[in-house]
Amino acid sequence: MKAFTTLTSTAAALTHHDRLMANVDTDMIIPKQFLKTTEREGLSQGLFYELKTRADGSPDPDFVLNKPAFQSAGILIAGENFGCGSSREHAPWALLDQGITCVIAPSFADIFHNNCYKNGILPIALPYEVCAALAEQAGGANHKFTVDLERQIITSPDGEEIHFDVDEGRKASLLEGLDDIGLTLTAEETIATFEKGRKATTPWLEPATS
Amino acid sequence: MAGKTLYDKIWDSHTVHTDQATGDALLYIDLHLIHEVTTPQAFAGLKTEKRAVRRPELTLAVADHNTPTENQALGLEGVKDEAARNQLSALTRNVAEYGIEFFPMGDPRNGIVHVVGPEQGRTQPGMTIVCGDSHTSTHGAFGALAHGIGTSEVEHVLATQTLRTRKSKNMAIEVSGELREGVTAKDLALHLIAIIGTAGGTGHVMEYRGSAIEKLSMEGRMTLCNLSIEGGARAGLIAPDETTFDYMKGRPSAPKGAAWEMATQYWRTLKSDPDAHWDSVIEIRGEDVEPTVTWGTSPEQAIPVSATIPNPETMRDPVKKAAAERALEYMGLEAGAPIAGTPVQRVFIGSCTNSRIEDLRAAAKVAENSKVADGVRAMIVPGSGLVRAQAEAEGLDKVFTEAGFEWREPGCSMCLGMNPDILAPGERCASTSNRNFEGRQGRGGRTHLMSPTLAARAAITGVIG
Ligand code: SF4
Repeated sequence: MKAFTTLTSTAAALTHHDRLMANVDTDMIIPKQFLKTTEREGLSQGLFYELKTRADGSPDPDFVLNKPAFQSAGILIAGENFGCGSSREHAPWALLDQGITCVIAPSFADIFHNNCYKNGILPIALPYEVCAALAEQAGGANHKFTVDLERQIITSPDGEEIHFDVDEGRKASLLEGLDDIGLTLTAEETIATFEKGRKATTPWLEPATS
Repeated sequence: MAGKTLYDKIWDSHTVHTDQATGDALLYIDLHLIHEVTTPQAFAGLKTEKRAVRRPELTLAVADHNTPTENQALGLEGVKDEAARNQLSALTRNVAEYGIEFFPMGDPRNGIVHVVGPEQGRTQPGMTIVCGDSHTSTHGAFGALAHGIGTSEVEHVLATQTLRTRKSKNMAIEVSGELREGVTAKDLALHLIAIIGTAGGTGHVMEYRGSAIEKLSMEGRMTLCNLSIEGGARAGLIAPDETTFDYMKGRPSAPKGAAWEMATQYWRTLKSDPDAHWDSVIEIRGEDVEPTVTWGTSPEQAIPVSATIPNPETMRDPVKKAAAERALEYMGLEAGAPIAGTPVQRVFIGSCTNSRIEDLRAAAKVAENSKVADGVRAMIVPGSGLVRAQAEAEGLDKVFTEAGFEWREPGCSMCLGMNPDILAPGERCASTSNRNFEGRQGRGGRTHLMSPTLAARAAITGVIG
């Protein structure tokens, strides 16, 4: 996993009828027809597919990520309960493939939130008004935000500094880009001891073959 | 010291280790269910790092998400969609390479992963179960801690048989009294989600309790726990009881003989203590639940089938209001109109929510001696090959085909529309699945979630009601 330390980039806001879009679900982030891949890369073509294309398959020029000023935005701003729905990790993979490594929203769905950290994406939860105020400043190509994870500060294009909370453990692994599996494998002995105890107390959980 | 909830008990008995620095716990996983869509990248990761699968025998694979629902006997050659075929053959290769048990497409034991686990007796009380599919919460019906995980976590479980995770909070859903005649677990689930919202359970594990829950069959309990994720919860749980044991006894992978005695003795201890601490409690009177359908594009946008479609103008919560406006636009519905009488063009009875034998029996009861309405295409997709065989043994397939329903082969099918079973833009579908998101069943498709009884009725009458 790539580490996340600081990010300086433009931000794209997902809105609908002048409001940050709530309940952006994983089917919206990456529709099922793009889940048939066996790769992690290349998923940006499916990112927000139904929002960014018209029924005839042509790009919708009104969709924020299709606008030249936002095509390379590394930050996404959205409404409540972002990422609800399925466990598909294709959602964070598609964001990553697009170059988005930070999502700012009032709240996140559980599994998506978890999946972000596993892929070096920083999800930042801030009250709706704060998200909306940031979205207002997201205006154009020169409107750059800086997200500093170490200091837990977002600096807006207006120079305003906004503090955000992040779990200490999550922060540490994002900053270092830790490999979870490698880390767990160092606890091999503890796992093996646990397995022995498990076999003694709940032997029926061991399949007959072993 | 306060007592423990069922969740606390399972958590404690599976915690291998808690990392003081990160606060992460390492939870031992008793059963890892896998399927073709969320695993290829996990196996690729193992290969790159030259890592082994730690406990292949605690892993079970099925092919369900993008399998076609016809001609499965033709095997992979019969899968026309090349990308789907690639994914299915990747799974076939991976399970062979790592020695994982696999029920391939066409095997009668194959089917939707959350139907197969319980059916085989692999799902057992007190277990920890994970799968790269959010509806893994289904298995909570047996008093197992079961939830969906992402692909990175699939890889982690394959390599270590543990999950790095954090403890959730405890939420009690108390359902007193009993459900009225004709009201099902699906109605109860939609009723609950309409109350708490799709984020209502975020950060929690829900335990369903009370007399109305105790009276539910295992199928009903699975439907209810299945939908916990739509209420935002990480998992749903129901304490195991005699209904659970009766369902399990004699299933292929259930313990036998002395092991069964030992296991049931332990399973009987799996319930929340009377003085357990709950972080939140929701109370519902069983009698208050009516047959319920969704009108919008979120499972929380649900109303009694006798009610009228809500008016966004009267909603004070700006999030709900905006969502309702967007949903009405997408669904092509009028605020204030009765939901009953809305015409449908498609009916889908299936998915891990409602594709078990009891669901098919309920639908068949409605379909018997009737005909599918003109202009309606109705599909029945059994949850597994064994459910299909059982239904055929009971003659249900005849009831359906004579009424004009399509009798398909098992899989996820139109629940997510990864296979060829999808809606055309603007088509309206009465569906027993679990998600009515925009485009879920096909771009521009309009999904109304409901019970098998209501869906079958929609097929016959051509309208919701
Ligand atoms: S039926 Fe639907 S919800 Fe269930 S496992 Fe398949 S895709 Fe997931």
